[in-house]
Amino acid sequence: MSFDAILLSLRLAGIVSVVLLAIALPLAYWLAFTKWRGKFLFESVVALPLVLPPTVIGFYALIAMGPHGPLGKLWQSLFGRGLAFTFPGLVLASLLYSFPFAVQPLVASFESLDRRLLDASSILGAGRLRAFVRVIVPLSWSGLLTSVVLTFAHTLGEFGVVLMVGGNLPGVTRTASIDIYDRVQSLDYTGAHRMALLLLVIAFVVLSIVYALNRRVWSPWTAR
Amino acid sequence: MLRVQISKELRAADSPAFSLQVSEEFPLGFTVLFGPSGAGKSTLLDCIAGLLVPDQGRISLDGEVFFDAGRKVSLPTSKRNLAYVFQSLALFPHLSAEENVGYGLASVGATERSERIARILGAFHIEGLRKRKPRELSGGEKQRVALARSLVTQPRALLLDEPLTGLDSGLRQAILQDLREWNTANRIPILYVTHNREEVDAIGERVVALVDGRVRETGLPRSVLDAPRAAALAQAAGFENLLWARVVEHRESDGVMHVELDGSKCALEIPLGSAQPGEAVQVAVRAGDILLATEAPRALSARNVLPGIVESLETRGALVVVEVVAGVRFTVHVTPGAARSLQLAPGRTVWLVLKTHSCHVVT
Repeated sequence: MSFDAILLSLRLAGIVSVVLLAIALPLAYWLAFTKWRGKFLFESVVALPLVLPPTVIGFYALIAMGPHGPLGKLWQSLFGRGLAFTFPGLVLASLLYSFPFAVQPLVASFESLDRRLLDASSILGAGRLRAFVRVIVPLSWSGLLTSVVLTFAHTLGEFGVVLMVGGNLPGVTRTASIDIYDRVQSLDYTGAHRMALLLLVIAFVVLSIVYALNRRVWSPWTAR
Repeated sequence: MLRVQISKELRAADSPAFSLQVSEEFPLGFTVLFGPSGAGKSTLLDCIAGLLVPDQGRISLDGEVFFDAGRKVSLPTSKRNLAYVFQSLALFPHLSAEENVGYGLASVGATERSERIARILGAFHIEGLRKRKPRELSGGEKQRVALARSLVTQPRALLLDEPLTGLDSGLRQAILQDLREWNTANRIPILYVTHNREEVDAIGERVVALVDGRVRETGLPRSVLDAPRAAALAQAAGFENLLWARVVEHRESDGVMHVELDGSKCALEIPLGSAQPGEAVQVAVRAGDILLATEAPRALSARNVLPGIVESLETRGALVVVEVVAGVRFTVHVTPGAARSLQLAPGRTVWLVLKTHSCHVVT
């Protein structure tokens, strides 16, 4: 089994989960509480990666990150090297790809909050930030965990986007799913089996956590 | 003094358009906002708190402008320094009683903060509940924590939206007593929404009656609720019998008029009103103000005696609700003992006895 590939996948999934959580929290707050009627446009954009083939996302990401693309040029001027076929490039593309998995559980959980709690918070003189930190986040922790766990699992298993943007450089962009593909191509079914089984187990554990959370199996606040 | 002069239109997909138009001043101490559900009581409180923005008008408290449509001023809720206890209470479920109470004291130093929390927990007799989460509190305890949380911030006005719903009357009286004591030391306007007659009597101060988004009456509970002039209010105030009738004649020298109930030939003598002979009026009578007799009563001061037949009996706690058909259907409340000794049963002939001044003309 290729530990390089597994470690790379875990590192990628970890970084993407943390960065996406930071981006998704404010965006989900805005989507859940804005009264602006045009918000459906943003909701569609957020959901796009769910329906687009990964190769489409990967293709546009590759063009943007290429030496003539806007992201590629920006990266070149900042760090003096290219972005395509590198690990940071992979992270950027994965952020796009896993975006809905981070945002949608948060929006759902914010929208299900009792609005009167937020009214009570502002009547007690608390601003939005205090309400967010002291009321919204603690009461949405299952949504938060769902968001992180889904993002992690989804990023761990991505294939098409990685192949388009990252190529297949061992230790740099060759993730677990690409490794499986490689092994099948070279008829190493035993190796492919091990890796595939590992990903299957991880996916099952992760989804069990998500469903248990949403059934409120471990919820500390609600009375049973 | 809280001055409110606003109009607000609410549109919801599933209900008819509703408009609130209120121009009222709320002095220090209790004002009861009374009215049937859907009258706009909560909407009014939400506008005062800034949770809803009125379409037109002005709201100010002690000269400070909260809202002025003309000058496009609308102070955010968090800056109005009000207290508002919702019917649902909205305690933070993940915080202990003490943390709930301390929530509004973020900008207060640690020492003063713990002093103030201790003082308010004492005033509402909940010192022992500090560490409990809301789900570990009983109904009455939750209500006390919610009041303490609101009042510890030293608000400039207190808005209460049916805060004591669902409590038994002993507990309600005890909490009202604590609130009253707090209010004697902290004179601020208190707007108390309820449609519970008993709470209105317990508070006993000014009543503002809202019907369909408009203020219909203001005054003492007795004048507003015991002789309501609006049918919707009469129903909310516990007048079980609302009967349509037609004025037959005025007897001005006696201060009464005679009416004939619609759907029957029954005549009633009721206090003189402004309706002219031939006009339709609505007469409100409390079920508890009607006497029942099983023999035709004679030599009685009450002027209205109507024969009827018992249709049904239903025991509700310490009360028996009797439906009597006397041309039209009357609801009468009697005690279980009276029902037994009169041997009331469906089919039995009875006489209804109504005093003239138990009949109120409403519009």
